[in-house]
Amino acid sequence: MPPAAKNLFEKRFLDLQKLLFKEIKMYEITFTLNGEKRIVGVQSNETLLDVLRYKLGITSPKSGCERGDCGTCTVKLNSQIVKSCLILAVEVNGQEVLTIEGLMKEGFTPLQEAFLEHNSFQCGYCTPGMVITAEALLETNPNPTDEEIKEGLSGNLCRCTGYIPIIEAIKDHVKKRGAEQ
Amino acid sequence: MAIVQEFKYFKPKSIKEAVSLLSQHKNSAVLAGGTDLVCNLKDEIVSPKAVVDIKGISSLNGITFKGKRLKIGALVTFSDLIKSEIIKGHFPLIGEMARAVASVAIRNRATVVGNICSAVPCMDSAPVLSVYDAEINLIGPEGERRIPISQWFKGNRKTSIKKLEMVTSITIILPAQTHAGCFVKLGRYAGEDLAQANLAVLVFSNHQYRLAFGSVAAVPIRAKRIEKALNGNPLEKKLIKTAQELIPQEISPITDIRASKEYRMHMCKIMFERAVKAAAERLEGAGPGYGTALI
Repeated sequence: MPPAAKNLFEKRFLDLQKLLFKEIKMYEITFTLNGEKRIVGVQSNETLLDVLRYKLGITSPKSGCERGDCGTCTVKLNSQIVKSCLILAVEVNGQEVLTIEGLMKEGFTPLQEAFLEHNSFQCGYCTPGMVITAEALLETNPNPTDEEIKEGLSGNLCRCTGYIPIIEAIKDHVKKRGAEQ
Repeated sequence: MAIVQEFKYFKPKSIKEAVSLLSQHKNSAVLAGGTDLVCNLKDEIVSPKAVVDIKGISSLNGITFKGKRLKIGALVTFSDLIKSEIIKGHFPLIGEMARAVASVAIRNRATVVGNICSAVPCMDSAPVLSVYDAEINLIGPEGERRIPISQWFKGNRKTSIKKLEMVTSITIILPAQTHAGCFVKLGRYAGEDLAQANLAVLVFSNHQYRLAFGSVAAVPIRAKRIEKALNGNPLEKKLIKTAQELIPQEISPITDIRASKEYRMHMCKIMFERAVKAAAERLEGAGPGYGTALI
């Protein structure tokens, strides 16, 4: 504890010091990111999206609306997709996070191949979120109807493609997967 | 950095610890799903000095149904409601509403309790909880409290919650009389959207009706006048028309970025007709399956 100020000048000096060298509390979190254990210090007001992009080099989830509407920040937390812009990084302590960097450790997934084939992205901004959401949809619903695909993707907005090539890619992937089995 | 303001973060392991933290740090916010709070932190609508994350309190989890009493814990998400066998079997109206909320990724985090604590007029859960006469259970430094939903909403983003309290659960008693319901949500497009108008209706086999509107007033409106006109009468064309003509007396929609008040008023009449007809058909074991889009 610094010594108490003896006069007004000292008090002003200490106030200025506090302002310039403010101590911000850091929280150490340990979590599994794409299969690997990571330990990182985060501030309480950093979102999971912030920490993934700026501290851990995971740039696939993107900042779009910062409100949970557009879906460009979609990642998988434990077994569910979530909007990482609405999650504080401290909340994922002890949990598992998956992004497409983790999905494609061995190259493109079959779903991503279908996206390439069907020209399912132009600027590519929505694509990481679309892939995560689509992969999660097919995990819980391996044979979705058109309506179910559209409902499942309703949290991911795309301004380029008009959605049809994305839906076609998913349908094609489901068909190919079904034929293989 | 998305959030500029600073706050302390705590993750208590019990309700007692949480209440103690809320009392200690007088200006604090409870964090469950975060789909409302984190947004508000970014927009600086709230400025808590501490955020108390209640996701470590296991007793706030879970949907239980014992002795006709449904209890929905503070950490129950809309996805939990959709997957719950209890909800599917005994409260399909709640499941129908849960499926209409936002999109998958939001439903995986957003909680029903958070929805009613936010008290934004376009809430989806409020009309459904209103027709079920739900009760909200709270705990604070002075102990436990229970508030019926009719007294919970005080205005736009205002509830009866006291400063150092937190909601632990919502309870609903399953009505004894055979009944069926319908929830209709009007959005600008299919897919995730906030409601331009929504309503929930319950139709009972003894010709009793319960009706509530949301997003067409500062608080959800339990349409008592319309219920009085409907009660005791079998559903038929003339009765529906009488009820539709009473709607302007019950609701007071506004014009905003999502719709005009004239459109909302008009659509409420149509939604009411479709909802009450669907509920009556479901009561007979027919009608559109729960979750079918009716508007």
